[in-house]
Amino acid sequence: MTPMFDEMHANSTQLREHYRRYDRWLSNQPREVMRARRDEAEMIFRRVGITFAVYGEKDEDGSGTERLIPFDLIPRVIPAHEWSEMQRGLAQRVNALNRFIHDVYHGQDIIRAGIVPGEQVFRNAQFRPEMMGLDVPGGVYSHISGIDIVRAAQSDGSGQYYVLEDNLRVPSGVSYMLEDRKMMMRLFPELFGMHRVAPVAHYPDMLLETLRAVAPTGVSEPTVVVLTPGMYNSAYFEHAFLAQQMGVELVEGQDLFVRDHFVYMRTTRGTRRVDVIYRRVDDDFLDPLAFRTDSTLGCAGLMGVYRVGNITLSNAIGTGIADDKSIYPYVPQMIEFYLGEKPILGNVPTYQCRKPEDLAYVLAHLEELVVKEVHGAGGYGMLVGPAASKAEVERFREILKAHPEQYIGQPTLSLSTCPTYVEQGIAPRHIDLRPFVLSGKTVQMVPGGLTRVALKEGSLVVNSSQGGGTKDTWVLESETDDAV
Amino acid sequence: MLSRTADHLFWMARYMERAENTARMLDVNYQTSLLPQSATAAERGWRGLLGISELTDDFNRRHGNVNARAVMDYMVCDESNTSSIVSCLRAARENARAVRGSLTTEVWETQNQTWLEFGKLLKGQDFQKDPSTLFEWVKFRSHLSRGVTVGTMLQDEALHFLRLGTFLERADNTARLLDVKFHARADEYFGSTQSAAAESAEVDFYHWSAVLRSVSGFEIYRKVYRNVIRPDRVAELLILRGDMPRSLAACMNELITNLRLVGNDESHETLRRAGRLRADLQFARIDEILATGLHAFLTQFLERVGMLGVGISHDFLVPFEA
Repeated sequence: MTPMFDEMHANSTQLREHYRRYDRWLSNQPREVMRARRDEAEMIFRRVGITFAVYGEKDEDGSGTERLIPFDLIPRVIPAHEWSEMQRGLAQRVNALNRFIHDVYHGQDIIRAGIVPGEQVFRNAQFRPEMMGLDVPGGVYSHISGIDIVRAAQSDGSGQYYVLEDNLRVPSGVSYMLEDRKMMMRLFPELFGMHRVAPVAHYPDMLLETLRAVAPTGVSEPTVVVLTPGMYNSAYFEHAFLAQQMGVELVEGQDLFVRDHFVYMRTTRGTRRVDVIYRRVDDDFLDPLAFRTDSTLGCAGLMGVYRVGNITLSNAIGTGIADDKSIYPYVPQMIEFYLGEKPILGNVPTYQCRKPEDLAYVLAHLEELVVKEVHGAGGYGMLVGPAASKAEVERFREILKAHPEQYIGQPTLSLSTCPTYVEQGIAPRHIDLRPFVLSGKTVQMVPGGLTRVALKEGSLVVNSSQGGGTKDTWVLESETDDAV
Repeated sequence: MLSRTADHLFWMARYMERAENTARMLDVNYQTSLLPQSATAAERGWRGLLGISELTDDFNRRHGNVNARAVMDYMVCDESNTSSIVSCLRAARENARAVRGSLTTEVWETQNQTWLEFGKLLKGQDFQKDPSTLFEWVKFRSHLSRGVTVGTMLQDEALHFLRLGTFLERADNTARLLDVKFHARADEYFGSTQSAAAESAEVDFYHWSAVLRSVSGFEIYRKVYRNVIRPDRVAELLILRGDMPRSLAACMNELITNLRLVGNDESHETLRRAGRLRADLQFARIDEILATGLHAFLTQFLERVGMLGVGISHDFLVPFEA
């Protein structure tokens, strides 16, 4: 039998320590009350307009469909001691990744040391030759990193945290982390009186501090803006939300222009210089003169300003080289190479199909493995072996043989579960966690992150575009601590 | 503030105001249609309403017969009619959504909720049975939208551009309403015989009190004039009285106040024109206006207000040349 790990229940009779109070409270809540709270939450989310657009689905008038991300009432609780360990691991990992990106675009020591194969970098679509030799403030490239973490059940019944994926381009979801907390406090204020839940509401402050800290050299009062592709982007709510929370302008490409090696925005009082762009637009669309010529989302000439150091892009251009699934297997070695430390957070064991012996193994064990596209995102181009039909497995086998270098294989982890409201009542559902790590002058983060939950029974796919939901995430001091 | 942001704010307020004025006009027409009157008079009322919004041709092309049901459906829930209430509320909400970060949470939630609830109201059948309740609802959502704006927003450019949008749109809408309503009566005068004069006085009362009600001006009229309702006084109230909140004079006062507050290096000319238009209202007399022709006066007013809109766009909203 596959091992299971539930965040709340140690076994069928025993609760985990950190869920004791919550469970006591929950068992006293009438079902109707909880149902009413669920409806209330949905009503509020809709009124506030916390929605995302689903690509490929259109209203009759051609605008994207606005959907709610289902919000689950039962929080995911992380004991404080687990978090402090995870936090150290996250800071370490993001530090190493930033060092790696700098290295790739400068001396390439890690390639010369034979740790990361050169072709994995240079033949990678995410490698940006434009970035070679370019210095960014503080040597920091990924200012906002979303590190996806899962807990997997081990054969001894314990649960082990693994990093599943690094997101160093434009990671999203932080607004849901903040709104979920706000919602919980609104629906169940009494819970927060009973528990010492670490607060997260200062994230926008921390983000602004980070963005200001990486302004171009010599700019003492930097003007920071958030660049959005526009209101039909799936994460538009988040862009608007963060701009508002930080008190900075939310700009679109059409609001910006370049003159004399600086970036300006068009305002009702004439033009105003911009120093830091927190861009939520992919590299490819940032500058039609440098990248995709058909892009209308960016600003012509931006890359030129960037090269002379008069604008900070956050995240930097070219960070994708470090969060690519083909580079992922090397992160533990990066940590040792750059920091001389043992990795605190482990990777999921990964078979690189580009290596013949790994490919052979993956092909022989397709039914047991998860196979992912190296550049994929959003859970579309993957095979979950144990859940797939024979035909799907065979289809993937052919794809794999044809393009082995585009895939990696990983053992199917038994992701931890957390009790979740479903149609029939409360049932365990698989979850993951995305903490948001900010790197400016220092590396900092708010406790916890965004917990995503796969609402379909047995499903391991937590992406919102694939029917995933979210939960509030509590980093909780243990009960013995608050006896004071 | 970003020019694009100002543009969205300006239009958000304009569309909300337009939705309100459309609801007001529809309501008055609907109420009037409940009075005993000839079929031609009723049809004339609905035609006039289409004329106000310059929609006569479009309506004829797509519907033909002018009757209460068809015009109301067309002006309330026809999404292909960009002036219908549903289109205005959608546009107001889309503009708000594009700049939700520049609005307070309350303002955004009000806009969003108006849109969501309107959808529900249309799905229910109540609108068909009792249109007035829906019109009243639209009016109050607009009151709420303005109130929550003034009551929660920082008094900075964002608020000023919203206010500019509100009063520019209102000036336009009030002028159109007056134009059509005076026209309607003028036609009737030419057609009426001497013997119908007594009847006409009574009809007049209902006509002009309906016009007043459509701009919440009936009680104000009584308070200001303490006299019988006469067209020249109605015109004076809605054109020249600066203390009547929906009059042309009041709209121009607010417009200028807000235009001054956002003034930039480009906007001198627009401000000058606005000031001149206001001065023309300030120092005008209603008998002079009526003597030279109300229609000509209002047509010119509409043109000048239109030019102010163009000026505001040019000075603030359309991105400056790089």
